Amino acid sequence: MAETTSGKSIHLRIWRQKRGEQKGRFENYTVKNVLDEMSFLEVLDLLNEDLARQGQEPVEFDSDCREGICGTCGLVIKGVAHGPGSGCTTCEIRMRPFRDGETVTVEPFRAGPFPVIKDLVVDRTPFDRIQQAGGFVAANVGSAPDGNAVPIPKEDADKAMDAASCIGCGACVAACPNGSASLFVSAKIAQLARLPQGEPERKRRAWAMVNQMDAEGFGDCSNHGECEAVCPKAISIENIAVMRREYLKAFIGGSD
Amino acid sequence: MTSIATFAGSSVGKKVFVAVTGLMLFGFVVVHLLGNLTLLIPDGGKAFNEYAHFLESLLHGWLIIAFEVCLVAMFLVHAIFAITVALVDKQKARPQKYSLVRAAGGKSHKTLASRSMILTGPVILIFVVLHVKMFKFADHPLVTYHGTEMKDLYSVVVDAFKTPWIAIAYMVVMALLGTHLWHGVWSAFQSLGWNSDRHVTFLTRLSVVAGVVLGVGFLGLPPYVYFFAATGGH
Repeated sequence: MAETTSGKSIHLRIWRQKRGEQKGRFENYTVKNVLDEMSFLEVLDLLNEDLARQGQEPVEFDSDCREGICGTCGLVIKGVAHGPGSGCTTCEIRMRPFRDGETVTVEPFRAGPFPVIKDLVVDRTPFDRIQQAGGFVAANVGSAPDGNAVPIPKEDADKAMDAASCIGCGACVAACPNGSASLFVSAKIAQLARLPQGEPERKRRAWAMVNQMDAEGFGDCSNHGECEAVCPKAISIENIAVMRREYLKAFIGGSD
Repeated sequence: MTSIATFAGSSVGKKVFVAVTGLMLFGFVVVHLLGNLTLLIPDGGKAFNEYAHFLESLLHGWLIIAFEVCLVAMFLVHAIFAITVALVDKQKARPQKYSLVRAAGGKSHKTLASRSMILTGPVILIFVVLHVKMFKFADHPLVTYHGTEMKDLYSVVVDAFKTPWIAIAYMVVMALLGTHLWHGVWSAFQSLGWNSDRHVTFLTRLSVVAGVVLGVGFLGLPPYVYFFAATGGH
């Protein structure tokens, strides 16, 4: 690393865990020359370059697109999923609001169904299994219809689109005081429930997806609404109300 | 195939039970406060006693017994499902706790009220048991109005609230009840799927108003009795 003194010094208190089954603990590191324009993940890259140079094990963390669209990254920074003042993914957090010399705690998303694989990487495959339980349209709907050939009210289309913007990052689970996956699951259910393509299977879908969510061991939603506050796509808890209506309808009307 | 067991054990079902019983208990609390407002009438407790006597004599006293059985059932269902949600499942879903948790702010509805439901709830439950013992199963003196003999519940209430520690304990618990409703009322609507972006502001505000009005309403009774009610005035 170049011997310049520009930029800030950031003290990182990072969760290190060699393997899932082993006990983890916090380790302290200092990263120098942190520029305002850097993203949080770039600071971790700097740290890892340093660690690699010293022959130490780098800090493992997930990232892919680094432009807030893929849903791969996800850290709890300063006690908030995707970092304080969020509304974006971890990769989009910039270092401008961090003070010189500040100590920043970095933890993985914590939930029983999201076991730590290593350091800050957690296993989010329960989300895949929930999707596989019913988050799709099984009927053959043919090729893409002409625009406006299937009339869908503007509000429904907009709300389905809003729900569809969920990138499945899991921050809702991480932020929920109860470790509930309700925001994720409800976004998937509401997206399809609002569109004619999802109509035939809506009851079976709601019933299967909610039951799979519970089987994975996620907690129950107590309506704290922390999920919506940290969601990088600002998915509304209105969707959770939709999920509950759909589940109730499936229970009363039969899921098939 | 759907089944009632799967429903009742699901994350959605549990909250539906909590919400339905919660709203019914909320309705009861509203009626209870309206009835208690008869304490404010400066007639030496006549209106209050007559109201209590009226309730106890409906359908030869059977209606109130049926109602009380329902209330006990509601309290139990509410408590059992709520404890499952807020203690048992919560613990299972996050065995390893965060070392640091900060409020996300923004659109979050997490408040001191929402986080303390699991504390204010049990306090209210214990209070209800003591409250029933203190007033319903008290040794009531008798009083006669227009030739009808009835229990003098009013004098029991006045005796209790003229004792400063009882009055203060009541006020504290009623403040907690208000806090419980602050989150509970809107949360019940959300749990039943009876919410949307268009209604959420209205519902959360309604919930705060309900919490404050009922909390302050009940909380105001002990000091009113302490300062303004006459003892043994009949």
